[in-house]
Amino acid sequence: MKIGLFIPCYVDVVYPEVGIATYKLLKHLGMDVDYPQNQTCCGQPMANAGFEEQAIPLAEKFEEKFFGERSGIANHKDFDYVVSPSVSCTAFIRLNYPHLLKGKTECEAAKKTMDVVEFLHDVLKVKHPLGTFPHKVSLHNSCHGVRELGLSSPSEENIHKFNKIKNLLNLVEGIQILEPERSDECCGFGGMFSVEETAISEQMGIDKVQRHMKTGARIVTGPDCSCLMHMAGIAKKRGLNVEFKHVVEILAAGL
Amino acid sequence: MSTAHSNAAKEFLKNQTYAKWHDATFWAVRTKRDNMAYGLDEWEQLREKASAIKRHTITHLDEYLDQFATKAEENGCVVHWAKDAHEFNEIVYGILKNHNVKKLVKSKSMLTEECEMNPYLEQHGIEVVETDLGERIIQLKGQAPSHIVMPAIHLNHNDVGELFEEKLGSEKGNHDPTYLTYVARLSLRNEFLTADAGMTGANFGIAETGDIVVCTNEGNADMSTSCPKLHIAAIGLEKIIPNYDCLAVFQRMLCRAGTGQPTTTFTSHFRKARPTANPMHIVLVDNGRSEWIGTPDHWEVLKCIRCGSCMNTCPVYRRSGGYSYSYFIPGPIGINLGMLRNPQKHSGNVSACTLCNSCQSVCPVKVNLGDQIYRWRQQLDKFGTANPQKKMMCKGMSIVYGNENVYNLVTALAHWANLIPSPLINNGLNPWADGHKMMKFPKETFHSLWKKGKVK
Repeated sequence: MKIGLFIPCYVDVVYPEVGIATYKLLKHLGMDVDYPQNQTCCGQPMANAGFEEQAIPLAEKFEEKFFGERSGIANHKDFDYVVSPSVSCTAFIRLNYPHLLKGKTECEAAKKTMDVVEFLHDVLKVKHPLGTFPHKVSLHNSCHGVRELGLSSPSEENIHKFNKIKNLLNLVEGIQILEPERSDECCGFGGMFSVEETAISEQMGIDKVQRHMKTGARIVTGPDCSCLMHMAGIAKKRGLNVEFKHVVEILAAGL
Repeated sequence: MSTAHSNAAKEFLKNQTYAKWHDATFWAVRTKRDNMAYGLDEWEQLREKASAIKRHTITHLDEYLDQFATKAEENGCVVHWAKDAHEFNEIVYGILKNHNVKKLVKSKSMLTEECEMNPYLEQHGIEVVETDLGERIIQLKGQAPSHIVMPAIHLNHNDVGELFEEKLGSEKGNHDPTYLTYVARLSLRNEFLTADAGMTGANFGIAETGDIVVCTNEGNADMSTSCPKLHIAAIGLEKIIPNYDCLAVFQRMLCRAGTGQPTTTFTSHFRKARPTANPMHIVLVDNGRSEWIGTPDHWEVLKCIRCGSCMNTCPVYRRSGGYSYSYFIPGPIGINLGMLRNPQKHSGNVSACTLCNSCQSVCPVKVNLGDQIYRWRQQLDKFGTANPQKKMMCKGMSIVYGNENVYNLVTALAHWANLIPSPLINNGLNPWADGHKMMKFPKETFHSLWKKGKVK
């Protein structure tokens, strides 16, 4: 299967190791992975802040980069999927690109872009053992993963309980998975929210970090680096002894 | 960078003990609601059904309103139509004046808050007494509701005890909740018996029968209507539903979603006045609703049944309290209703959302609350209420992200930011650094590692 790797801007700059782990994991699973160079941002930060029009050129660029004529990669159109280690960017592309690109171009990106967790779980249906990670982890269920991509059953809804992240982590040897109280309450990042509503954002972050730590785990893992970056900044400022790791780093550990 | 809501929220959070209590209290209500929702296997089907009924009714509202009014008149009620808040207040005052009413007892109605009816009537010499305990408490305190279902939730028993000492002459220092309830009961009993008219809101209006349905936990709607000889019911246009089969769907959800009880203690049905009383008056209020039906992005707020569950689940509401919002209805539904009412005045609430979407997952009638807040944000520039700093930041980001050469240059230099001395970062000009320690940027980006063949 031909996979185009999408490494969102802040993962590119702040968490390159998450990009590397995603690549490693996909290669390990036999995927033909390529990374179209000169990617930037999906446009979510501006759109969520109220400036969707600033996101339109970026949506066009994205579509062009992965599915257009000039993407510079041989047989670029053959990407079966674009896979990304970020639930909120993926959700933004899936839910908003169709209307951002309306009347301009048919939107392939919305149909073919997947978060790495849902790709491994739903497309590859990975069931065999992955790496080794002999630690307790507290699972962070990012809002857009839960309520936009359906990675787990939202706590508000009376539907069959499931959690795709947990299912994948259970394939890792030695791991113990815990979940905090209020298992899918928001951590308070919210992009521009965190600089516009600083007091609430910080309070939500503190509450969330404390609930994660109350599980006894000292490693928090989730499918979105932006939540993890927010909580890590808050924990560090207060000298709390807790680490934050993207799910792929754990899935790829020891491979 | 700040907004009216973020500034108010910052103040709210200064009293940490109170803020923690507020969050825990509403989370407890959310938990009770979850237990109720999980207890009904058909909960999600009910939500879908409730949403569909509302969609159907709102898109056929002219027919159902007509049917409702015709039935109500056949039942002997007098039906009035109010175009806006002012007309509503005039109509109510006119009815009261005709009946020589000096004192009006009221059961809970958010519609009369919306129309600011109480001050209007008081200016015209009519005494208005709220009879829902929470509403009565804030009326005595001269405050507005901080939540639509639990209007006095921001006060504790000591606050109420001191208030009752002053206003109702209760025993000094006796702040026992049972005693305070008894004091309120005695005082309200007297109000019921001496009032000339009673007013109720309406949770539902049944088109097929012309009935008004009111859900309360205290029975105060029944007292308000069975003691005085005149009953006026105020109802927003969107509260009409087709028939009793539909009511059965909403009645199962309203209280479960709102307070986590299987039902309200009282579900009162009013069809006509009792034999010895004056005819019942029903005032149907538009006040913007018929225009909102025509907005493709925002009409869904008309599905709302005012259960308050979106407030209880909202992580921002729980941590900022009702008074941090400029509109009288706070939380996700209030952000949206405020923007429909007056976008210039209420744009400062639109920041109060992380787009976590818990509100739309919890909503019993599936109002797309978070999606609508996202859409309002896109409109702020047009209203002239967009934050100029934020606008500049977004433009800046768009320049950097829009050109890969600029992006590559900026990101290649990002790790130099690690060397900036901390006082230059933690100086109040960088809002992120208020609560966060700045992240360390690694020497090389993923892109640069890939180009050098280091990604393996």
